[in-house]
Amino acid sequence: MSTTENSMSAEYKEAITHLLFQLADDDFLYAFRGSEWLGLAPHIEEDVASSSISQDSMGHAAMFYHLLEDLGVGKADDLAHLRPAQDRNNSILTERVNGEGYYMETPQYDWAYQVVRSYFYTQAKKVKVDSLCHSSYKPVAEVAIKVKMELYYHKLHWETWFKQLMSSTDVAKKKMNDAITVVMNDFGDVFSFGNLKPKIESNNLLDSEEEMKKRWHASIGPVFEALQMEEPAIPNHPVMNGRNGEHTKDLDEALLTLSEVYKLDPVAVW
Amino acid sequence: MSASIGVSIERIFEVLKNVKDPEIDSVSIIDLGMVAEVIVEGNNVKITLLPTFLGCPALEFIKMNTVNAVLKLPKVEAVEVEFVFHPPWTSDRITEQGHVNLKKFGIAPPPRYLEEDGSWHVDCAYCGSSYVSMENIFGPTACRSILYCKSCKNVFEAMKPVSTLM
Repeated sequence: MSTTENSMSAEYKEAITHLLFQLADDDFLYAFRGSEWLGLAPHIEEDVASSSISQDSMGHAAMFYHLLEDLGVGKADDLAHLRPAQDRNNSILTERVNGEGYYMETPQYDWAYQVVRSYFYTQAKKVKVDSLCHSSYKPVAEVAIKVKMELYYHKLHWETWFKQLMSSTDVAKKKMNDAITVVMNDFGDVFSFGNLKPKIESNNLLDSEEEMKKRWHASIGPVFEALQMEEPAIPNHPVMNGRNGEHTKDLDEALLTLSEVYKLDPVAVW
Repeated sequence: MSASIGVSIERIFEVLKNVKDPEIDSVSIIDLGMVAEVIVEGNNVKITLLPTFLGCPALEFIKMNTVNAVLKLPKVEAVEVEFVFHPPWTSDRITEQGHVNLKKFGIAPPPRYLEEDGSWHVDCAYCGSSYVSMENIFGPTACRSILYCKSCKNVFEAMKPVSTLM
């Protein structure tokens, strides 16, 4: 590891560090929002499945934070828990609340939103992970190969839900279509590298934003065609770009809950 | 070099056969194919392990149990255990003995082959019937699925197949 680090140019290190923060923060928030469904999912088997997917995703976040630790950026747990919202690089989509209300009280969470967000996010993650398998940074390529195998089951799961609800009652279809509109409004920064775009792309860390957007469309295309639906468009310019540290108040609130226990005693051994 | 007075690799593998999966205590880390490499230099041992699933909470326990087990061997002075991702762990690394030991716990071993559409089939872990249905691809731990046997009317679990072809 130390030899990799030493032979790395300052620009390369900046690019891989920023990319790893994007990947880690995305999965960290996605896993957290997924875990808020515990006990609230539509049925018991879904509770098991959702929790398992959240656990896998938190594992992926942990791996990316560990790669940052290996680069000497800081301790993985600290990077996950102690960075303020403005230092975070997750996409806006992953930080959004699941719906109205607090999960300990009487939450009015929207399952259609959970299905659409998870399906579109998982497809996007698959496009990125496929590309990362060929990354110029070998440690992230090795982790990506592992992530890809687990992601196979996540994609299968969310695609099944998506197709079934889209082929269901008029009420279900309306809720799903409303959710697609909301999710796509936030989709503008999912494939963005933010201000680091030139450095991340020129160092062959993964494919360009444009190439990955094309692949995302290609991957959801057949599903939309089978459902006789028009594919949603990815907004060209995000209203807010999480990759540059722009975030909603939902993120502040999530971090407060997420890191509450860790902050009680940061030196505790877990 | 002082290899002649060092620890034998065979003895270490013997010990590793007794390091069990904390969540499935009939199988060892050898059965699961988690041991990538064992290097002995004099009285120091370095072991590299492959994580099954990345979010598996048992990994840290497995690491600790591996260190403690090998440290009990005479002549061993230091043990270092590290998780690596290359080669990636896949379910075909589970040994024949691992298949037998998984069944003892009521878990069907992972299928050797996937269908063309990515689906897969296993027989009941209890009665061997192929008349089973998939209840949930996800199960009580990251690596397991839940199935139902229509012959012996038991719920059973299966190790998920994991392959680089996925």
